[in-house]
Amino acid sequence: MSGPVLELTGVTKLFGGITACKDISFTLPKGQIMGLIGPNGAGKTTAFNLITGVYGLTGGAVKLEGEAITGLRPDLIVRKGIARTFQNIRLFRNLCVLDNVIIALDCHETYLLASSFLRLPSVRRREKAVREQAMTFLAAVGLEDKAATRADAMPYGLQRKLEIARALALKPRLLLLDEPAAGMNPEESLDLARLIRKIHEDFQLTTLLIEHHMDVVMALCEKIFVMNFGEKLAEGSAEAIQRDPDVLKAYLGEGFKRAQHTIA
Amino acid sequence: MWQYISGVISLGLIYVIATVGLAVFTGFTGLFSLGHAAFFAIGAYTAAILTYFYGYNFYLALALGAAAGGLVGFLIGYPTLKAKLRTDYFAIATLGFGEAIRVLLENLPITQGARGLPGIRAYTTLPVLVVCTGMVMMFAWNLIHSRHGRASIAIREDFVAAEMMGVNIFIGRLRSLVFSAACAGLAGGLFAHYYCFIQPSMFSSYMSTQMTAAVVAGGMGSISGPAIATLIFIGIPEALRVANIWRLVAYGLILVLIMIFRPQGLMGYKELNMDMIRGWGRRIRKAVGA
Repeated sequence: MSGPVLELTGVTKLFGGITACKDISFTLPKGQIMGLIGPNGAGKTTAFNLITGVYGLTGGAVKLEGEAITGLRPDLIVRKGIARTFQNIRLFRNLCVLDNVIIALDCHETYLLASSFLRLPSVRRREKAVREQAMTFLAAVGLEDKAATRADAMPYGLQRKLEIARALALKPRLLLLDEPAAGMNPEESLDLARLIRKIHEDFQLTTLLIEHHMDVVMALCEKIFVMNFGEKLAEGSAEAIQRDPDVLKAYLGEGFKRAQHTIA
Repeated sequence: MWQYISGVISLGLIYVIATVGLAVFTGFTGLFSLGHAAFFAIGAYTAAILTYFYGYNFYLALALGAAAGGLVGFLIGYPTLKAKLRTDYFAIATLGFGEAIRVLLENLPITQGARGLPGIRAYTTLPVLVVCTGMVMMFAWNLIHSRHGRASIAIREDFVAAEMMGVNIFIGRLRSLVFSAACAGLAGGLFAHYYCFIQPSMFSSYMSTQMTAAVVAGGMGSISGPAIATLIFIGIPEALRVANIWRLVAYGLILVLIMIFRPQGLMGYKELNMDMIRGWGRRIRKAVGA
């Protein structure tokens, strides 16, 4: 039995006098999908930024598979095996879809600058291999026929999928998804939930998901962590969270009915 | 007449070398510099002093001039880029740096101050320039189409996302700066041995601005675009010599028109290729036929 993939202990972040995250602790076992929910401004994205090193922690520690990653630069944390998507899509907009994925794959390449300048045969071989690999990641999210399209010329939903493909191309152990279904209608968001389930299984990932669409969250997540005003409000199984009186009051609403969540 | 034309072409190619380097830094990495004339000057003085006072081989002097440009690029880039100076802040830092280098050249004994260095040998010939231009363009193209160059492009597009792709932003920016500074240094060495005379006032912020203008007008994210823009910018004032002082007005006007009608630059994010030329041909034939 291996330890948890992600472990947060007492993670705290102050912005001046404002407490964005206070004493957040949880563990995420290998292979699980965990939901991170809560009202806007609860500190969910801040938690992502703390895990990925975008912000420095005020207190606490983050561990990836038992190894402390607190205080590392974001690019080094990515190389340790954490990939994320962004709430407000951050693609390389002027580049084609394929190049977006290739840039992610580049982080595993090791050829030297001198060989880049001379474009040695070894570099050409790697370039070809990376190109082919990038196509398989596009295929995983169903974008293989869009490879030559400019990223910002695609509709919103496909841009979200490209962001996921790009994150997958980093070959992460832990995937952080920040509101992947934002701006989608119920049908589209369930489609996306199916996709997330599929890639989670195909790529043997551990996933942490921020989402406001409760149908997506309840369908995907075994465990849910609820935040409010930067603090933990509740933690437990999807079923327990839906019955938790604090969560109903602060976030889901007293009238929240347990829906039947089934995705094929 | 040929001598005159080959002179204009030579000068054009010298600037193309510097501009292609700057295109990697400004066009592909997304940082603006208003001090690249300083790297040009460092390359020019290094190479000229080596051949003039120490009798170095011309090609070795050129290489050392480029290396000196790159080294100074590293020294100025390390603290400014480490401090995460971006866009306008970085541009202001380079502006100050460029002026500082010029003042330094005016006051060092070895550079003979404001009087300049006369009597440098005319080693720079058109074939040498063509080979150097070809090499620099090839290096730039190879760089852009490798993992190192793509990291720079990622930084230009969105540095937060780039960092989340495992790109070290500091290294990516510094690498591009050193490459562009070395190109400017090489161009400087060629310039010194073409003009046979250099003085600090040649390397003013006007030169830096002209290089940056060529990159922006040629297309941010293109190598051939800035190269073509440079040739136009060098060629047009010559072609308009008959118009006397109005040629500078025309030059400014062309720049303004490009920014209005093609804000993405002549080439945008594309390179000159055969499909594009064939496309123009079709359009011209259509226009003529209609």
